[in-house]
Order: sequence, then C-alpha cells, then structure tokens
Amino acid sequence: MTKVSMTVNGRAVSGDVEGRTLLSSFLREGLGLTGTHVGCDTSQCGACVVHVNGQPVKSCSVFAQDVAGAEVKTIEGMANADGSLSVIQQAFQDHHGLQCGFCTPGMVMSAAALLKENPKPSEQDVRHYLEGNICRCTGYHNIVKAVMAASGQDVSQIAAE
Amino acid sequence: MHNFDFVKPSSIADAVKAMGQDGAQALSGGQTLIPTMKQRLAAPSVLVSLTGIKEMQGVCMGEGGLHVGAATPHAIVAREAKSHYPALAALAGGIGDPAVRVRGTIGGSIANNDPAACYPSAVLGSGATVVTNKRKIAADDYFQGLFTTALEEGEIVIEVVFPIPEKAAYVKFNQPASRFALTGVFVAKFASGVRVAVTGASQNGVFRWTDAENALGRSFNAQMVSGLTVDASEMIGDLHGTPAYRANLVKVLTSRAVAAAG
Ligand SMILES: Cc1cc2nc3c(=O)[nH]c(=O)nc-3n(C[C@H](O)[C@H](O)[C@H](O)COP(=O)(O)OP(=O)(O)OC[C@H]3O[C@@H](n4cnc5c(N)ncnc54)[C@H](O)[C@@H]3O)c2cc1C
Ligand code: FES
Ligand code: FES
Repeated sequence: MTKVSMTVNGRAVSGDVEGRTLLSSFLREGLGLTGTHVGCDTSQCGACVVHVNGQPVKSCSVFAQDVAGAEVKTIEGMANADGSLSVIQQAFQDHHGLQCGFCTPGMVMSAAALLKENPKPSEQDVRHYLEGNICRCTGYHNIVKAVMAASGQDVSQIAAE
Repeated sequence: MHNFDFVKPSSIADAVKAMGQDGAQALSGGQTLIPTMKQRLAAPSVLVSLTGIKEMQGVCMGEGGLHVGAATPHAIVAREAKSHYPALAALAGGIGDPAVRVRGTIGGSIANNDPAACYPSAVLGSGATVVTNKRKIAADDYFQGLFTTALEEGEIVIEVVFPIPEKAAYVKFNQPASRFALTGVFVAKFASGVRVAVTGASQNGVFRWTDAENALGRSFNAQMVSGLTVDASEMIGDLHGTPAYRANLVKVLTSRAVAAAG
C-alpha cells in the first residue's frame, strides 16, 4: 500500500492505495464519493468522467497514484455553495435530461468541460463533444437540449422528443 | 487486474532504469493498457508511468521538423501543432472522444500499433522518425504488422519527429461504436514526392499505398486515384465491413484526402 494525496472538490484528501487502485475506486470506495458511476469499466461509456486539473478524464482508466497531487472535481463538487443545483444540473432537471440517472454524473462533468472551452456551443458541437458519454435511456435529445439551455441559449425551438 | 508496483520517474534516465526490472512495462495515457490489464491480457509486475517526465511532453519545431514528445496527450497535439502541421493537429483532435484525448498519447498509440489507430498513418504518411532511448527509427522500418513494431524489450519511445509536408490531410471513416477508424487515409505531398498511408484496412496494420503515391506524384489531383484498384485479399473483414468494402473505402478516402489537402 502506498499513501496517495490529492485535492478532491477543494478538500485535501489522502488514503492508502495499491498500484492497481483506479481513481474511480479511490473516489467511490476510499472517499465514499459514489456519485461517480462505473458503467463499463473499459473507458467506453463516460459515466465515470471527473475533472483532473480542470480536464475531463475517465476515472476508470487512470490509476489513483498517477494523479497524486492533482485537483480532482467530481459530481459532488458541482452544486453551488448553498447546496442548490448548479446551472448545468438544474438544466438537466428542467429539460428532462435524465431518466434512470446512471449516465448523468459523467454527462454533467463532460458538459461542464465543454462549456468551459466553448461557452456557446452549437447543437452539433454538443453532440460531438458528448460522443464519449453513452446514455441508454434518453435518446440524448433532452441532454443536448439541457446543455444548450445551460449555455444560456434559447432552446424553445428545439422540439421535445 | 493483477497488482503491480507503480513507479513514476521524472526523467528518461530513471524511466529506462525502471524498465530494466523484471516484468516492467511502460504506462502512458493508459487508455489501452488499463483495459487490457483489466482483462488480464497484460499483467506487468512493475508499471512505469511516463506521464511525469517533462522532457517527453509537448510540441515544438526543431531539427528535422515538428518534435512531438511521446507522452504528449492528443488534446495538446490538437491545440499546439495546429499552426505548424494542421493535418496532424486535426488527426489528433479526431481521436476517440474528449476524455480519451486528455489522457491518450502519441507514444502509447504508436507503441501499441492498433491496426485501426489514427497516429500510425500520420507517422508513416509523413515519413516521420521515431526516436527512442536507444536509436532513431524511420517510420518505414518501425511498423511491422498488427500490434508489432521495431521496439525491443524495455525500449521507450521518447519523441516523434515529423517533416512538414507542403500539403497534407487525414480523412477518417469513423467506426462510431469504438470511435476508432473503420479505415483512415493520411496523404502528404512533399517536394520529393507524395506519401499515402492507410490505417484500419489491412490485416497487416498500417501500410503505404504505393500505386496511389506514384499516380499522385505525377499530378496531385483526386482524379488520379479513380483508375486505380486496391487489392482486397489482405483487407480486414469483420461485422463492420467486408474486405471489398474496405478496399473501396481506401480509394474513396484517398481521393477525399487529396481534395482536402487542396
Ligand atoms: C473509447 C476510445 C476511443 C479511441 N479512439 C481512438 C481513435 O479514434 N483513434 C486512435 O488512434 N486511437 C483511439 N483510441 C486509443 C487512444 O487514443 C490511445 O492512443 C491509445 O490508447 C494508446 O495511448 P496511451 O497513451 O493511452 O497508451 P497506454 O495505454 O498507456 O499504452 C499502450 C501500450 O504502449 C506502451 N507504451 C506507452 N507509451 C510508450 C512509450 N513511450 N514507449 C514505449 N512503449 C510505450 C505500453 O506499454 C502499452 O503496451 C481510443 C481509445 C479509447 C479508449
Ligand atoms: S466506467 Fe469509465 S468509461 Fe465507462
Ligand atoms: S439516463 Fe439512464 S443511462 Fe442516461
């Protein structure tokens, strides 16, 4: 076991890990932050996306020790300081961007990364950026709509499907 | 996944030393190796992370062209190579998805030499040089078939040096489920001639389509490809496409790449 330290959602944390401990396992089992979901565990589905030093990363495909010292942000760190939902999260609720919710943490983290890079994306930009996030419920339409709405764009012309 | 000792050296010298241990293997972005280890198809006893080595990071112009550090993630190449070698930057920006591009690296991609990977076509199509801790390897000697390269046990790719062509383009026909190339073609026009490298199509991995190179060397025009035929006998056949389908894609994508290169 090796001690690993990092900052998660603004809080300094540390824990004992093995070489093979994935960032997803460290977050979920080590820190109890079970908001990060593991869907495929093979870097295909994006449910486990978190931010590492501000960039989206599939936490099932990086070892905890490889990101020692990094700033990590998970879905638990997305709400506003007063506990209310962030703009992106609220938009997912308002536009019915989730059904079972399993993909949602990864979707929200990827969407946040997109909007930081591209504050006013086109519908095509959103679909393209979310290519690595798979949803088995919604058919994506309302997810795209939610992300467009979160960017402050008028989505009234995007039909509900 | 079997357990292992994780080491993260900060210099090439220390990485080479760590790679000398029994059962050691290099880890770069982990986008291929970690899933492979989960399937127990790889079980290194020591994993040597290359992501902490500054000398292996980044993109810069230098002797022989554009130097890309082996541990440079695709997202950085997409951004920083843009003004020097736009076709290479565009290729890097089209690999996988945003999260894969944040971690996955050129060194990992060409060490792995997946038959459907994008980078091998740019390296071969540009006539780039693969620089390791031991030697410099010309792209034509480096790729040796499916998942096979000239790399020896414990050898580490340090950087790849790309000569800059007059014109170039990469056109990828996406396999939407895996986000790899169903087939992809990289075309580069140099003063000395044209190079055409094809990925995703052949059972032997990336290859140069020399008939097209000769035709395009006479005139760099998409129509030069229309009269050529591609031998389907060595092409991959799977549920996504037959060998004949891929052979046709090679031709179509080569024309498109020539047109895109302008
Ligand atoms: C969902 C998904 C989609 C993808 N789509 C594409 C795509 O469209 N096109 C494409 O080209 N690729 C694609 N990839 C592959 C990805 O882009 C990476 O390039 C690839 O995973 C290898 O790079 P890595 O840095 O992750 O290497 P790793 O997984 O860390 O290593 C791969 C292999 O290379 C060895 N290695 C790593 N670095 C070195 C080095 N410097 N010297 C010697 N050996 C080394 C390792 O030991 C290992 O055997 C995709 C991957 C995923 C998960
Ligand atoms: S759980 Fe990580 S990509 Fe699916
Ligand atoms: S809401 Fe169920 S997987 Fe996306």
